[in-house]
Amino acid sequence: MSEEKMIPQASIKSDSEKQMDRKGFISWLSLGWLAFAGATGGFFTVMIRFLFPNVLFEPPQSFKIGYPDDFTIGKVNTNFKTKHAVWIVRNEEGIYALSTVCTHLGCTPNWLEVEQKYKCPCHGSGFRKTGINFEGPAPRPLERHAIYLADDGQIVIDKTKRYKWEKGEWETEDSFLKI
Amino acid sequence: MAKEDKKESLLKRLGESQVWKSIIRSGVPQSRRQRMYAVLGNVFLHLHPARLPKHAVKIGYTWCMGGLTFFLFVVLTITGILLMFYYRPTVEYAYTDMIDLTEQVPLGIMRELHRWGAHAMVLTVWLHMLRVFMTGAYKPPREFNWGVGVLLMFLTLFLSFTGYLLPWDQLAIWAVTVGTNMARATPFMGHEGPGASLLAIGDINLVHMGSDVRFALLGGRFVGEATLLRFYVLHCIAVPFIAMIFMAVHFWRIRKDGGISGPL
Repeated sequence: MSEEKMIPQASIKSDSEKQMDRKGFISWLSLGWLAFAGATGGFFTVMIRFLFPNVLFEPPQSFKIGYPDDFTIGKVNTNFKTKHAVWIVRNEEGIYALSTVCTHLGCTPNWLEVEQKYKCPCHGSGFRKTGINFEGPAPRPLERHAIYLADDGQIVIDKTKRYKWEKGEWETEDSFLKI
Repeated sequence: MAKEDKKESLLKRLGESQVWKSIIRSGVPQSRRQRMYAVLGNVFLHLHPARLPKHAVKIGYTWCMGGLTFFLFVVLTITGILLMFYYRPTVEYAYTDMIDLTEQVPLGIMRELHRWGAHAMVLTVWLHMLRVFMTGAYKPPREFNWGVGVLLMFLTLFLSFTGYLLPWDQLAIWAVTVGTNMARATPFMGHEGPGASLLAIGDINLVHMGSDVRFALLGGRFVGEATLLRFYVLHCIAVPFIAMIFMAVHFWRIRKDGGISGPL
């Protein structure tokens, strides 16, 4: 049997009419791969974006805490610690909002009224009432948040802004509310 | 004699029955060759090499640490699935469900098995790596498999870390708070990391506390309800799934790279 006869004649005829040449095949192949890569890349992008929700069920970053007269001079107010992670401290000159996040590894210290210090239960860092660190492994003072008066006379805390003592930012306006 | 004949014919009949043939394909293996076929034709048995060098079963050489690690992974998978029938990953129930699992649920030891098994698995992974290092089994042609092994070690540690949060007690919450704070310093992807401040359009930072890698891990700005759920899913589904894929590669490559390494 000759080789020609082994190949089915019908199929070779019908195929040869619409057979793709090498160039056409490669361009279609590249197009196919590009589409595949695009779809896969797009899906992975969507997957990453999926992990960042549009709505957070967390307390707002900026909130009102009441009027300046609500806070006693010389006292550390711990009412906003659990929900908002700030201490409101009133002294003779005014009010400031201290972050309750320990500057060592991020635990939450406790305000000890008798010893007049913030003491972290994780590794024993201690901070003065002002937020300055004086014992334990904490490398720098606690951070302060923006504090200012709203039009209705209430105090607003803005946690998106942070003021660091070591950068001299406690002198900045809004890091301290003069009364 | 008659008894022997009867046994022989029974085996023969079993081997020729349709049920046997449909499951095992080859008849009751009689020769080495047939036994080899039976092993190769079975999905579970074929993962194992059909033949081993003598030293490979010497406990003094392998310590069986890789095998023990896999055994512990199986134990942890089974006990973990059992725990999932009771544990609810919510702030309200997580801690009490965990207490229930030890004190009220029948066989309260199931949680301890999972917990101690997890500790043991971290240990066996390290000892396995020590053995591989000491016997020089990381050298070519096995260098790729060492790399896969290092990945598996990180996955084991991450499984350990994500599982640590699930009891939702003070130790868990603060340990994970401290641990995930490290992610802040990830280059470019953490908001306190090097290069993060470069990724900005004008005054707007693209990488901030609400958009960095730590946020993706926690599902929020701090360890909370979303974190518990994310860690639960990572711990029970995502990480074991990835680990299983790499384990398959790891076991496959042991054989393709020439079996267990020989004594030096």
